[in-house]
Amino acid sequence: MKEINDLNLPDDVKYTKDHEWAKLSEDIVTIGINDYAQDQLGEIVFVELPEVGDTFSEGDEFGSVESVKAVSEMYIPISGEIVEINESLEDAPELVNESCYDDGWIIKVKPDDVSELDNLMNKAAYLDMLKG
Amino acid sequence: MSQQPGKSGLIFNEPMLWEKSREGRCAISLPKSDVDRVDLDPELTGDAPELPQLSELDVVRHYTRLSQWNFGVDSGMYPLGSCTMKYNPKTNEVQASRQGFASAHPFSGDEFSQGALALMYNLEQYLATITGFHAVTLQPAAGAHGELAGMLMIHAYHAKSGKQRSKIIIPDTAHGTNPASATLCGYESINVKSGEKGILDPETVAAVMDEDTAGIMVTNPNTLGLFESNIRQIADIVHAKGGLVYGDGANMNAIMGVVKPGEIGIDVLHLNLHKTFSTPHGGGGPGSGPVAVVKALEPFLPVPRVVKDLNSYKFVTDCPDTIGRLHTFYGHFGVMIKAYAYILSMGAKGLKDVSTLAVLNANYIKESLKGTLNLPYDLPCMHECVFNDEFQKKDHITTMDMAKRLLDYGFHPPTVYFPLVVEGAFMVEPTETESKEDIDQFINAVKAIVKEAGDDPEKLKKAPLLTKVTRLDEVTAARKPCLRG
Repeated sequence: MKEINDLNLPDDVKYTKDHEWAKLSEDIVTIGINDYAQDQLGEIVFVELPEVGDTFSEGDEFGSVESVKAVSEMYIPISGEIVEINESLEDAPELVNESCYDDGWIIKVKPDDVSELDNLMNKAAYLDMLKG
Repeated sequence: MSQQPGKSGLIFNEPMLWEKSREGRCAISLPKSDVDRVDLDPELTGDAPELPQLSELDVVRHYTRLSQWNFGVDSGMYPLGSCTMKYNPKTNEVQASRQGFASAHPFSGDEFSQGALALMYNLEQYLATITGFHAVTLQPAAGAHGELAGMLMIHAYHAKSGKQRSKIIIPDTAHGTNPASATLCGYESINVKSGEKGILDPETVAAVMDEDTAGIMVTNPNTLGLFESNIRQIADIVHAKGGLVYGDGANMNAIMGVVKPGEIGIDVLHLNLHKTFSTPHGGGGPGSGPVAVVKALEPFLPVPRVVKDLNSYKFVTDCPDTIGRLHTFYGHFGVMIKAYAYILSMGAKGLKDVSTLAVLNANYIKESLKGTLNLPYDLPCMHECVFNDEFQKKDHITTMDMAKRLLDYGFHPPTVYFPLVVEGAFMVEPTETESKEDIDQFINAVKAIVKEAGDDPEKLKKAPLLTKVTRLDEVTAARKPCLRG
């Protein structure tokens, strides 16, 4: 497993305490799990996705990722409606391991209130949390 | 006996029965029919099921060879944490095979089933005594089914009191099936964290317990192998707000004859006969998950219930508040016979010795290996101890690698990556039936493997090497499962 200093943590996304990431672009928030989460889980074999049109409140469980080691729930960092899911994960869950911020994104959400993103951490704060 | 039990040897390949099948080959010759042939209505007939055609020897060799690929408690130590893979004495099988039991039919009626009913009644009484509860049902098919039965009774209790509740408290050291059982009853699980010492703090429970919470589900001893020593206080907090305490008794093997859960504030408890009371499981099942309750919950027990009426026994079903029937007929009767045989063989002192020795064995392993493997909670444990792979990280060796390598040494791997509160958990439950010599061999095997982790890590990554099937490609198997032979 990676050392904390070897993690790929981009500056242009926000982080949750449960190791999801979120990125706002043209009023839509894209959400996935971060490099630390995919590395801890190991090789991911299944991603359980919500359906387009589902609505969630901040902190709700919206799906799960399953690796050979464990099943882990994912929690939505912002309230809103699912506008798109990454259907390619159904046949290729390994995209989450290979490219967690790009091809391995998980859901896109139309947020009720964009300001909820302010509650999330930036890279420095997230790193501080990981280091305890 | 200084040699490790694991050794390579001749193992037979064995094709699937379909590949061995030859047209016309048969294992029996039926006698000539002595009645006239009658044709059935064509609507009732169809093509015969497609079955492989084989001789008796083909079939015997097939299953014998498959069994030789297997690892069971009869072949070696099976320290699978949380599963209590103790030896199942053969007398249990002898008693269950007795013709009076083996030929009993559930439609025989009470009058012709007095022996079977007496056994069920007595077993319920014994289990009530062992656990300190008022009444017991034997009906649930296994542990998780027992949990569901218990939670349905809690649900029925609140419904009867006039106000249903919506939540249930579940600590992170409870068994993984607990939230599922609660959810099936419509309760939302409120997860709480155990304290620094691996057990639940009363304050944590007090902070979330309210009058909309149906109760708490506690596994005691918990999945870290630690006794929840605050259980009395926790029960008082839950009871004060009108809630009930569900006890997951799957780990009863640690406290049988020592602690009576019914006397420390627990209201409902399930037992796993196939763990604590020595009946086969892990492929050799089925299981059985009796549930014991306090007096206030007795009206909700599943039906039919077996009752004693003077000197005879009968089933009763007219219990207006019952949660109903949970299983065809009366549960897994064969398992009940084996557990009953076990209780009678052991006696009260013997059952207490079981727990005492199970705890001693686990503590012996914990103390012997704690410098070899990292021990996240260094406290006296109950019947199992939880290590992890922290010391091996520098060699990039994981718990999984060490667990797989244990097979080469002739031991079944322990439970791995559970409980989730310990990262990379390596959870050992030796049970009371292993001798000191066997436990020492296990300890030596783990020490040897840890040394290999430093000296020859690549070997561990490929392990097991001596088994018929070596390291499986679990990732491809999960991503691209081949579901047909």
